[in-house]
Amino acid sequence: MSHDHSLNPETMPQEPEKATLEGKNKFLGLWFFLGGETVLFASLFGTYLALRNSTAGGPATTDLFGLELVFVMTMLLLTSSLTSVYAMYQMKNNNFKKMQLWLGITALLGMAFLACELYEFYHYIHEYEFTFRSSAFGSAFYTLVGFHGGHVVFGLSWLIVLMVRNAKRGLNLYNAPKYYTFSLYWHFIDVVWVFIFTVVYLMGKVG
Amino acid sequence: MSIAAAQNKGFLAAVWDYLTTVDHKKIAKLYLFAGGFFFLLGGLEALFIRIQLISPENDFLTAGLYNEMITMHGTTMIFLAAMPLLLGLMNAIMPLQIGARDVAFPFLNSLGFWLFLFGGVLLNCSWFLGGAPDAGWTSYAPLSIQSPGHGVDFYIMGLQISGAGTLIGGINFLVTIVTMRAPGMTYMRMPLFSWTTFVTSVLILFAFPALTVGLFLLMFDRMFGAAFFDVTLGGNAVIWQHLFWIFGHPEVYILILPAFGIFSDIISTFSKKRLFGYTAMVFATILIAFLGFMVWAHHMFTVGLGPVANAIFAIATMAIAVPTGIKIFNWLGTMWGGSITINSAMLWTLAFIPSFTIGGMTGVMLASAVADYQYHDTYFVVAHFHYVIVGGVVFGILAGLHYWWPKIFGKILNETLGKLSFWLFFIGFHLTFFIQHFLGLMGMPRRYWVFLKDQGLDTGNLVSTIGAFLMGVGGLIFVINIIYTSVKGEKAPADPWDGRSLEWAIPSPPPFYNFKQTPLIRGLDPLWIEKTEGKGKITPAEPLGDIHMPDASILPFIMSFGFFIAGFGFIYQVDHKGWLAAIFVGMGTALICMLIRSLKDYHGFHIHKEELEREAD
Repeated sequence: MSHDHSLNPETMPQEPEKATLEGKNKFLGLWFFLGGETVLFASLFGTYLALRNSTAGGPATTDLFGLELVFVMTMLLLTSSLTSVYAMYQMKNNNFKKMQLWLGITALLGMAFLACELYEFYHYIHEYEFTFRSSAFGSAFYTLVGFHGGHVVFGLSWLIVLMVRNAKRGLNLYNAPKYYTFSLYWHFIDVVWVFIFTVVYLMGKVG
Repeated sequence: MSIAAAQNKGFLAAVWDYLTTVDHKKIAKLYLFAGGFFFLLGGLEALFIRIQLISPENDFLTAGLYNEMITMHGTTMIFLAAMPLLLGLMNAIMPLQIGARDVAFPFLNSLGFWLFLFGGVLLNCSWFLGGAPDAGWTSYAPLSIQSPGHGVDFYIMGLQISGAGTLIGGINFLVTIVTMRAPGMTYMRMPLFSWTTFVTSVLILFAFPALTVGLFLLMFDRMFGAAFFDVTLGGNAVIWQHLFWIFGHPEVYILILPAFGIFSDIISTFSKKRLFGYTAMVFATILIAFLGFMVWAHHMFTVGLGPVANAIFAIATMAIAVPTGIKIFNWLGTMWGGSITINSAMLWTLAFIPSFTIGGMTGVMLASAVADYQYHDTYFVVAHFHYVIVGGVVFGILAGLHYWWPKIFGKILNETLGKLSFWLFFIGFHLTFFIQHFLGLMGMPRRYWVFLKDQGLDTGNLVSTIGAFLMGVGGLIFVINIIYTSVKGEKAPADPWDGRSLEWAIPSPPPFYNFKQTPLIRGLDPLWIEKTEGKGKITPAEPLGDIHMPDASILPFIMSFGFFIAGFGFIYQVDHKGWLAAIFVGMGTALICMLIRSLKDYHGFHIHKEELEREAD
C-alpha cells in the first residue's frame, strides 16, 4: 500500500488538513456548503420573523421564553466551540490523544445542549400546550430551532463516528481533513445558535 | 484495474459500470440521457396543452387534467430537462476545459445525478398514483395547500430530492474550478463555458436552499399539520411566494448563464477569432448573477408589496438588461470580421441572438411595475418566458450538443438532419410563441383550460398549436439524428472544428483519465495559441507518471433509492401510519450508506506509468 506511506509521513506538515488535494477540496467544499446553509437558515429566520407574532390566541414569546435555560444552553454550545478549537490546536501539534480528548468534551457539551433543548420543548408542550401545530408562530419556532437542533444531532453523530473510526489508528493525512471540516461545521452551528439566541429569545423577551 | 480490463465487458457489466461510475464523462452521459428523456416527456405534455387550446371550448383534456399537464410541463422542463441537460454538458466539458482529470468530488457527482433521477422518477410516479400535482409549477399557497389528493405531495418530495442533487452538483463544480485548474490556467484564461459553470454554481449554491426551505414549509403544512400558510392560525401565504422566487429568479439565470457560455465558445470557434471583450463578458456574467438575486419580487408586482418595493425591484430588473446587452454586442463583435462557418451548432447560435433579444425586450416591458398589472398572468408572460427559455436555454443546449457531441460520444452528428431539425424547430418556435404576445395583450389569461370563441383568440391559438407541432417534428428529427449518428455516423477526430480550448487537444471521446500528462496553459484559447505560435499541440506540465483515480461505488445509487422510498413514506403516512415504516426503512438505508462511506477508506487506485506508455497517443 503506497498510500499508507504518503498519508502517514514521518513528520506531520503544519496544516495536515490541507496537505493533500483531497483535503483542500474537502476544506473548500465544506466552506461552500456552509454558504448554502447560511441561505437555508436565513430563509428560516425570515419566516420566523414574519410569523413570530402570529400566535392565533395561543402563548406568545413573552409568555414562553425564560432566559435562564437559554443562557445555560448558549454557554454550553459556545464552550463546545472553544473545546473544538483546542482539539484542532492539538491536531496541529500532532497530539492525537489530546485531540480526541477535547473532541470528547465537545461531544459531551453538545449532548448537554441537546438535553436542555429537549427539556425546553417538553416544557413548552406540557406546560403551555404550545406545539408545532398550535399556531403559525409555533410552526415557525419549532422549525427554526428544530432545524438547528437537527444540525446538532447530525454533527454529534458525525463526530462520534469519526472518533470511533480513528480511535486506534491515530491521525493521518486521510482523516485530518475530516476532523477539520467537522470543526468548521460545528462552529457554524454555534454561530447560528448565537443568532437564534438573539432573534428568537432576546427579541422575543424584550422586542 | 487495468485499462484493457475496463474495455472487455458484457451488457450487465456495462450496466453495473454506469450504476457505480464516478467518472465525470459517464455521469455526463447519464445526465444527458435522463434529461433528454424528461425533455421528450415535457414536450409531450406541451403538445397536449396545445391540442387542448387548438379551438375554443375544446374538451380534449378535462379542466383537472389540464391543470396537471401545465404543472408537470413547467416542473419537468425546468427541473428535470433543462437543468440536467446543462449539468450534463458541464460535467462532460468543464473538467476538460480547465485541464482536470476529474471533478473534486467524484462520489458526490454520482450522488447528485442519482438524487436528481430518483427525484424526477418520484415526481412522475404521481401520474400513475392518483394524479399529478396541479397547483402550477410555482405551486402557490394556499392553492397548493388546498389541492386534494397526493399530487402536490409528489411535487414536494420529488423536487426536494432532486434539488438536493443539484445543490451537491453546484458545490462540486465550484471546488473543482477553484482547486483543480491545470498549471497556467488562471481564472482569466478559462473559456467562457467554464466561467459560466462557475458562476452558475454560485447561483445554485445560494438559490436552492431557499427552495429547500419553501418545500419544507409546504411539506410540514400538508403532511404534518403545521400552519405556515394557514391564515386561520396566523399563517401567511405570501411567504411561499417570497421563498419560491428568491430561489426561482436566480433559477432562470442558472439556466441561461451556461447557455451564454456555450454560445460564447461556439461563436468564437466558428468565427476563428478570440471572444470579443472577454473580460467584459466575464464581468457581465458575474453582474447578471449578482443582480439576479435582487429582482425576485418582480414576479410579485400584483401582490401588493407597495409602490416603493415595486419601484426598487422594477429598476433592479431593468438594470439586468445592461450586462445582457453587453453580451449581445460582444457576440456580434466576435463575429464581425471573423471567418464564419455556418453549421448546425452555429445555426442554433445565430437564431438565439434575435430570439433571445426579443425575450429580453419583453422582459424589460414586464419589468415596468405599472404596465405589469396589465401583463400579469396573461399569455404575454407565457410568450416572454418561452422566448428566453426556449430561445435561450433550449437553443443553447441544442447548439452545445451539436458542438460537443463529437467530444462526448466520439461521432459527429449528421449535418443535413441537424439543419432540417433546426429550421423546423426554429420556425415552429416563432409560430408558437410570437402570436402569444398578442393573445396575451388581447386578454387571454394563462393557465385557463378553455377560451370562448369569437373573442379574437381563435386564429392565434390555432397558429400557436400548428407551431408547437412543427417544434415537435423538429425535436423528433433531432432524436432520429442521434440514433442515425450512433449507428452510422462518422467517427470524430480529436479536433473536428479546429477548436481553440483545451478539450479539443485530447482524443474524442477522451480516455477515462482525460489528460495523460497535465497540460501547461500559456494563455486564453490555449490550443489556438499552440497551433499558431507553438508546436501545434499542448505542452505537458509534468513528466509521464502514475495517475491517481477515484474508486467506483454503488453507494450513491442505494442512498438515492433510500430517499426515494422515504419519499413515498412521507407522502402516504398522512393516510395510514403504517407508511411511517417506509420513512424509517428509506432514511435508514440512506444513513447506513453514509455511515459506510464514512467508515470505509476510499484511497482510489493508480494507473501506472508503464500502462500509460503502452497507450497510443
